[in-house]
Amino acid sequence: MKRVVITGMGIYSVIGKNLGEVKNSLYEGKSGIIFDPVRKEMGFRSALTGMVERPVLKGILDRRMRIGLPVQGEYAYLATVEALKNAGIDAAFMEKNAVGILYGNDSSALPVVESVDILRKKKDTMMIGSGYIFQSMNSTVSMNLSVIFKFRGINFTISGACASGSHAIGIGTLLIRQGLQEVIVCGGAQEINPESTASFDALNAFSIRESEPQKASRPFDRDRDGLVPSGGAATVILESYESAVRRGATILGEVAGYGFSSNGEHISLPNVDGPVAAMQLSLKEAGMDASGIDYINAHATSTPTGDENEAIAIDQIFGKSRPLVSSTKSMTGHEMWMGGASEIVYSTLMMNHHFVAPNINLENPDEITARLNIATRTTPCEIRAFLSNSFGFGGTNSSLVVRKING
Amino acid sequence: MQNEEIIKRINQLLIEEIEIDEAQISPAADLKKDLGIDSLDFVDLFVIIENNFGFKMKAEEMSDIKKLDDFYTYVIRRVHSN
Repeated sequence: MKRVVITGMGIYSVIGKNLGEVKNSLYEGKSGIIFDPVRKEMGFRSALTGMVERPVLKGILDRRMRIGLPVQGEYAYLATVEALKNAGIDAAFMEKNAVGILYGNDSSALPVVESVDILRKKKDTMMIGSGYIFQSMNSTVSMNLSVIFKFRGINFTISGACASGSHAIGIGTLLIRQGLQEVIVCGGAQEINPESTASFDALNAFSIRESEPQKASRPFDRDRDGLVPSGGAATVILESYESAVRRGATILGEVAGYGFSSNGEHISLPNVDGPVAAMQLSLKEAGMDASGIDYINAHATSTPTGDENEAIAIDQIFGKSRPLVSSTKSMTGHEMWMGGASEIVYSTLMMNHHFVAPNINLENPDEITARLNIATRTTPCEIRAFLSNSFGFGGTNSSLVVRKING
Repeated sequence: MQNEEIIKRINQLLIEEIEIDEAQISPAADLKKDLGIDSLDFVDLFVIIENNFGFKMKAEEMSDIKKLDDFYTYVIRRVHSN
């Protein structure tokens, strides 16, 4: 079995549009949450959202490449440009090597709405134009980026609800371990627009702390009242250890274990056993026990039940070693399809810059969340290994263990 | 609309909407080989032409259109027959 390492990362998020900005935001505990008046006018229960400006790619990508890209594809393009540069992978390398792409994405709502609106108005499919089909499919990110960057390896999208990005990295890891691929561009993308979150808002799952947008996402806090939707894109370059050494690449971390499970219960209510199983499998795959983990990037989205169940699950496994825990969603909001990938980027940045980012807005834990060793402030820390959780609708769970390379 | 005005408008749309290099625009230019207009771009031309000239292009009429000049002639005919 080959070892799998991270040799590049890129990020376009609501707390920064590149690795440097994001690292600073994580360190400073900066929130990327706003009140979006458009959502209120549309009839949303909660107008809170993470927000980042839409990239301008005219002059960077030609028209054919641009018109097939939905907004999350634009985010993913920029994250991938940064990640490939960060990894030192250029066009010449991609010409000689079959680089793959596995991206997490689970919707592309806005192009579907817009194209059907045109049809309803014009009553003629020919008036929809050529771009919307490529924007509308779930596989939009992997299909577009594979053409733009000329990838010739594995090429598909992983849709696993709010664990999509994490599963993409997990499956990419397995392919490289098996020796089937040397380099895979993994990641997760999430569109930011009201159209994609309206039906989610209908579930009463979003925070309504609209008077204090930056305090609304408060994972593990006693007064948490729901999640805040968000988005962007994160790219992680996975590579076999041998390939990375051969290229002289800087190794940012090793993906040591991927654990997964399915709750097999409720469509939206999380449980304890599923996450426990995923975390245990990730540790087993990494050949580590709980005491080897110095930091847990929790899935915790700021919902009452989800955070409670995850806290119980973490406590079950890590109750003795009590590693530092934080949910970066306190700053970013819930990046959904992107979150599993972005949180690997966030945690790897922390590991390489020797700190744990704060779980902001945690003022008072409740009886259960108080069992965890939650970092409420930026904490200097030598992270030897971290575990990142991602859970999604349908009871899909993914846990990844990433550690510093040890030669 | 005068023919010259139609041609000028078509050229402007090709440059602005399809992002064809202005230097490539000439009546003798082959739409595919010289201007790089592929089957997907033709789909967008349908939308652009209807929005700007008010008629629907038909896919079956496109098979004879090879050069930009053929396209000018086609649009001029359709504009005047409307």
